[in-house]
Amino acid sequence: MIRLALLLALLAGPALIGPAWAISDPSEALPNPRQEARAVEIGQQLRCLVCQNESIEDSGADLARDLRKIVRTQVAQGKTDQQVIAWMVARYGDFVRLRPPIRWDTALLWASPVIALLAGAAAIFAIRRRPPASLPPLDAAEQQRLKSLLES
Amino acid sequence: MNRRLLLGLPFVAAAAAGGAFYAMLHGMETGTFDPRGTNSMLIGKPMPDFTLPGFSAADVRAAHHPLVINFFASWCVPCVDEAPTLMALAQAGVSLWGIAYKDKPAATDAFLARHGNPFYRLARDEPGRVAIDWGVTGVPESYLIDAQGIVQWRFTGPLPLAAAKILAEKLHA
Repeated sequence: MIRLALLLALLAGPALIGPAWAISDPSEALPNPRQEARAVEIGQQLRCLVCQNESIEDSGADLARDLRKIVRTQVAQGKTDQQVIAWMVARYGDFVRLRPPIRWDTALLWASPVIALLAGAAAIFAIRRRPPASLPPLDAAEQQRLKSLLES
Repeated sequence: MNRRLLLGLPFVAAAAAGGAFYAMLHGMETGTFDPRGTNSMLIGKPMPDFTLPGFSAADVRAAHHPLVINFFASWCVPCVDEAPTLMALAQAGVSLWGIAYKDKPAATDAFLARHGNPFYRLARDEPGRVAIDWGVTGVPESYLIDAQGIVQWRFTGPLPLAAAKILAEKLHA
């Protein structure tokens, strides 16, 4: 019983304590918690250019740490989210944004879930509408065989 | 007829995919295709302004001839791979300007002593802040700057010999 309680406490512990800092080094964080929260929010939208599927908030790469520092410096200077992201895009292109902008050249990317859904619906519709294949009638020999099978 | 067409479809798709994969692998070998590569924001624009120990953007502009800026580091393994290619380019008369990225000066000097120094000028970006303005995502990375100081071409990763040839062609064009 005690063991079970301990286990539950261990499992629940991290959830009760609250989320850990996204960054590994708390000394990077801004002293103002509201600014820090904004910096984290911005950083989570920016791709780490070294480990390309992580945000700079999640990455341990050197370059990601430098970019986190720049985000925090600019947030502390009072730049808006858009200004910080525009600064990054000017250097690394739209690739740095984990959420690509909605534009003509990204329309296919954004529309792909809808296109897949519509294609699936069309396929189901087409299959259900097709009449079941009609079989040719049985010839005399087949009739005979059917009869013997049914009677046996 | 309809049925044969449908049966042939997967083969056609497989052949098309095979052709595409072959083209990608071939491009990776010759340096014309990089799956992790991204477009540089600098292409067709003036290089970012910078001043580093070694040289500055003004020095590059003052050269008044096309040159290649190469970001490298002594701790970077692909840079070792690239070293012979850079030496060959330097011997072919290409003006190479090196920027040591996040590297201690003593370590950079030892690296160049060991693998050869292909650079006409050498600058040191120890904090790595200038590299961010260039959009450098890793070392090595090479930028072709024309006589007007405009960035014309960027290559990420060690220059393969084939890419070095493209570079030499662009320089002589």
